[in-house]
Amino acid sequence: MALDEIKIGGMGASRRRVEDNRFIRGKGNYVDDIVLPGMLHMEILRSPMAHARIKSIDVSAAWEVPGVRLVLTGEMMAARNLAWMPTLSYDTQAVLATDKVRFQGQEVAAVIADDPYIAKDACQKIVVEYEALPVIVNPFQAMEASSELIRDDKENQPTNKIFDWEIGDKEGTDKAFAAADHVSKLELHYPRSHPSPMETCGSIADFNRATGKLTVYMTSQAPHIVRAAVAMVAELPEHMIRIVSPDLGGGFGNKVPIYPGYVISILASILTERPVKWIEDKTGNLISTGFGRDVYLKGELALRKDGKILGVRMNTISDHGAFYADAQPSKFKIGLMHSTFAAYDIPVAHLTSTGYYTNKAPGGVAYRCSFRVTEAMFFQERMVQAAADDLGIDQAEIRRMNFVKDDDFPHRTAFGFLTDSGQYEKCLNIGLEAIGYSTFKAEQEEARKRGRLLGIGISTMTEPLGAGNSKEYDILGIKMFDSAELRVHMSGKAILRTGAMNQGQGHQTTWAQIVAHELGIPADDVTVEEGDTDTAPFGMGTYASRSTPVAGAAVAMVSRKIRAKARKIAAHLLEVSEEDIEWELGRFYVRSNHERGVTIQDCAMAAYSNLPDGMEPGLENNAYYDPPNLTWPFACYIAKVEIDPETGVWDVLQFVAVDDCGVRINPMVVEGQIMGGLTEAYAMSSMQYQTYDEEGNCIGSNYMDYLLPTAWETPGFELYEVVTPCPHHPIGAKGIGECATVGGPAAFVNAVMDALKHTGVRNIDMPMMPNRVYEALQTGKDISGMPPVRSGD
Amino acid sequence: MSSLYDEVTPTPPSDVPTRRVTIDVNGEPRTVDVEPRLLLAHLLRQGLKMTGTHTGCDTTNCGACTVLFDGRPIKSCTMLAVQADGHSVETVEGLASASELHPIQEGFKQEHGLHCGFCTPGMMLAAKALLEENPNPTEDEVRWALSGNLCRCTGYQNIVKSVLWAAEKMRAESN
Repeated sequence: MALDEIKIGGMGASRRRVEDNRFIRGKGNYVDDIVLPGMLHMEILRSPMAHARIKSIDVSAAWEVPGVRLVLTGEMMAARNLAWMPTLSYDTQAVLATDKVRFQGQEVAAVIADDPYIAKDACQKIVVEYEALPVIVNPFQAMEASSELIRDDKENQPTNKIFDWEIGDKEGTDKAFAAADHVSKLELHYPRSHPSPMETCGSIADFNRATGKLTVYMTSQAPHIVRAAVAMVAELPEHMIRIVSPDLGGGFGNKVPIYPGYVISILASILTERPVKWIEDKTGNLISTGFGRDVYLKGELALRKDGKILGVRMNTISDHGAFYADAQPSKFKIGLMHSTFAAYDIPVAHLTSTGYYTNKAPGGVAYRCSFRVTEAMFFQERMVQAAADDLGIDQAEIRRMNFVKDDDFPHRTAFGFLTDSGQYEKCLNIGLEAIGYSTFKAEQEEARKRGRLLGIGISTMTEPLGAGNSKEYDILGIKMFDSAELRVHMSGKAILRTGAMNQGQGHQTTWAQIVAHELGIPADDVTVEEGDTDTAPFGMGTYASRSTPVAGAAVAMVSRKIRAKARKIAAHLLEVSEEDIEWELGRFYVRSNHERGVTIQDCAMAAYSNLPDGMEPGLENNAYYDPPNLTWPFACYIAKVEIDPETGVWDVLQFVAVDDCGVRINPMVVEGQIMGGLTEAYAMSSMQYQTYDEEGNCIGSNYMDYLLPTAWETPGFELYEVVTPCPHHPIGAKGIGECATVGGPAAFVNAVMDALKHTGVRNIDMPMMPNRVYEALQTGKDISGMPPVRSGD
Repeated sequence: MSSLYDEVTPTPPSDVPTRRVTIDVNGEPRTVDVEPRLLLAHLLRQGLKMTGTHTGCDTTNCGACTVLFDGRPIKSCTMLAVQADGHSVETVEGLASASELHPIQEGFKQEHGLHCGFCTPGMMLAAKALLEENPNPTEDEVRWALSGNLCRCTGYQNIVKSVLWAAEKMRAESN
C-alpha cells in the first residue's frame, strides 16, 4: 500500500516543471516586471576611459532636464560614507568614482527621474573631465616595476599585485620532477568570459521612512548575503532590510556579487523616499559586472615513460580587474584551483598563484562553475592530453592508467581534498564505446583522403561541488551551510522554503520531489518558495552547484524531522508504542498488522486536532545543513570534430557526455542542466570571450561583438548516465549544474588539437576561432592569445 | 491619453510632441499617445502592462523581445511604437486561450524547453511563425528559424524538441 513514488512525483520522476506554468504564459515575475506606486527610474553614467583621473564632474545640465529628481555623484556618496563598498573578497570597490576611474564602464554618476528615457537623456548632459592615465590590460603589464599603480586609493598597496598564494608540497614535487623520465610542459590562457545571463542585473529599492524598512527587489543569486552586506554598507539594522529575489533570468555566477547599481538605488530611494528602479542595459552588464576566468597557466607534468604521472607543478597568473571582487570562499585566493587533478592518483603536486589588478572590469566570479574549478579542470585535461601526445601514448590509456580506482575511495588528493566515490573507468568506457573510439583511426584516415582533418578529444574530471563544510568554506566569514523550513498544513499540503535561490534550475519542482520522497506527500501538494529574506531561512544562495548538495540535503533532513514527529503522532492514533510503528512511503503502519495504518496526511490533521498529551501542536520544522564534505560528481566528455583546412572552420561531428552525479532527483532537469552547460563549454571553446584593446576598450560590449552560439551553431549532445551515490549526502546526490561547463571546453580543444597533431601544433588558446585554427595550420605554431589582441583576432 | 486621475505636474511637461497610434495587440485594438522615440517593446511592457515580452540586449541580437508583427517575428526592442500604428502585434500573452495552452507552450513544458524562462516568450513566438509557414519542419529548419533567439540555459536541444513536439501536435489537430 506504499505509494508509487514516480506517480507522486518523487525521486527519479521526470516531473514536468511547476515554474513553467507561469513562464510559458509570459507571467514570470522578473525584477523589471515589478512596478511599485510612485516608482522612479535610475540610469548610470559610466566611464568611457579605462584609467583616468576625474578632474571635474558638472551635473548642472542634468538637473535642468524636466522630470529629473536626483543626480548622484561620487562626492555625494562620499558625504554619506558610501563611495566605497566591500567586495566578497575583502577588498573595496568604488560605488561611484571619486578620485579616478579604473576600468571602462565604471560607475561615475547616476540620474533618478520619472521615466527611464528621461534618466538616460539627463545622463548625457553630465560633463566629466578626465585626465588619461596609462592603461594596464593584462597581468604581465601590471607586474612591470614601472607600471602605473591602479589602486592608489589603498594603503599598503605599493604594486599592482593582489596576492601570492601557494599550496602543496614544493620539495616533494621538485624531487618527483628530478626523477621523471619526461617533463611535459604547457602554457595556456583561459580567456576572460562573461557569464551573460539573458536578463541583466537590476534592483528596485523601496525605503519606507515611516517604518524604517528597506525592501530591495533585486537580481541576486544569494539574497541573504546581500542582506548581510547591505546591513554593513548602509549601516541599517538587519531586521529592517528585506531582500527579495524574484524570478531570475539566468545567473551563472554573474548575479552573486553586490554591484554599485544596487547600492546607488538604495541611497536614491532613501533620499527621494520613493521606490527607485535600476535596470542595467546589456552593455552595462557586459562591461562592468562579474566576469569569469582570465587566468594564465604554466603547467608541468613529471611523467614516467609509460605515462604514469609522478607529479604536477602549476603556476597561475590571474587578472582580477580593477577591484578584487572574486566570489569565492575566503581561505582560497584563487578559488578551488587546487582541485585540479582530483580524478587522478597523483603522488605529489605544487601550485603557486599570483593575482594582479588591471584596468578591466572586476569579477572573477564562478561562471557556471565552483570557484575557478573550470580553469583547474581545463588546465588538467589539456596537460594530460599534451603529455599523452608528447609520450606517444593513447589519450584514453593515459587517463585510465592514472585514474583513482573504484576501490581506492575515499581518496586524499595531492592537494588535500577528499574524494569519496566514483566509477571513472566505467564512465570513460561508455564514452569511448559511444563515440566509436575503436574505429576512429580508420575514420580519420578516410577523412584525410577527403582533405578533412578529424580529431577526438577526451575530457575526464571530477570536481568539488557544493561548498561546503563550515570548517573550510565561508564567504566574508559566514559559513557556507544552507537551510530548509517545512510547514505541513492540516490537510497534509505543505510549504517549503529554502536558503537557496532558483534562477532556472527548477527548485520549485525538484525540492518538492525530495519532500515527496521523504514523506510521501505528493510533490504537487508542496509549494516551494525562495528568495525573500523576510520569509526564507538563512542560506548562502545558489551558485557553485551547491543547491542540491547543501540546500537539497537540508530539504531531506527537515522532511525527516517532520517524519519523526509524525511517527509519534501515528503511534498515538494507532494506539501502539512508537517502536511498533513501521514506515512505508506516505504511511505508518503497525508492524504486526500492515492493514492498520495512518497516512502522513492523517498525522498532519492530528497535529492540529488530536495530539498525544504533552506534544507541541503543529507539524513544522527547519534544518540547517552543514555538509561533511563536498560532493564529487564525475564526467567524461568526448568530442569528435572535423576541420576544413582551407578555412580553419571546425564542426562537431559527435559529442558524447557521460555524467555521474550520483542519484538524480529529476532526470529531465539533470539532463537539461548538462545540455545547457555543454553549450556554454562549446561557446567558450569556439567564440565567446571578452578581450580589450591597448586603451582598455572592452571588445565584447554588446551581442554583436560578444558572440554567443545560437541554435544553429550549437551541436547536438548524446547523454549517458552512471550512478555512484554520494556516500555522505542524505539522498546520495551530487552537484550537476556546472559539470558540463567545467569539463566540456577541454573536450572541444583536445579534439581540435588531436586533429592538428601531425602539424606539431600543441596549443591554440580558446576561443578556437577559424582564423586561429587556420593560422596554426599555416604556420605550424601554437596560437596564444593575450589582450591586447592582435588585429584580426 | 488623459485619465480622470492625471496629476497637474509641478515640473514643466516635456515639449516632445506625442503621436496617437492604434495597434491591434492580441486581437484587441489599443490606442495610445506615444513619444515618437518610444520603442515598441517598452510600449508593450510599460504602457500596456504586458510584461511577457522581455528586453534582453537592446541591439536586436538576443530575441527575448520577439513578437509577431502582422504574423512575422520581429524584435520589438528595435521597432518604434509609431511604426506599429495600424498593424497587428501578437505577444506571448496572446498564445493561450483562457482554458487552453497553445501546443507550442505545451511542447516547451513537455520537452523541458526552458530553464529561467527569460528567452521563452520570444522563442515560442519565433517558433509559431515557423510552424505557420512550415507545419512539418526538419530539425535543421527549426534550428535556423530560432537562430535569431539566444538562450543561455538550455543548450537549445530541448527547445528544438519542444518545437517539433508542437509541430506534431498541431499537425494531428489539423487532420
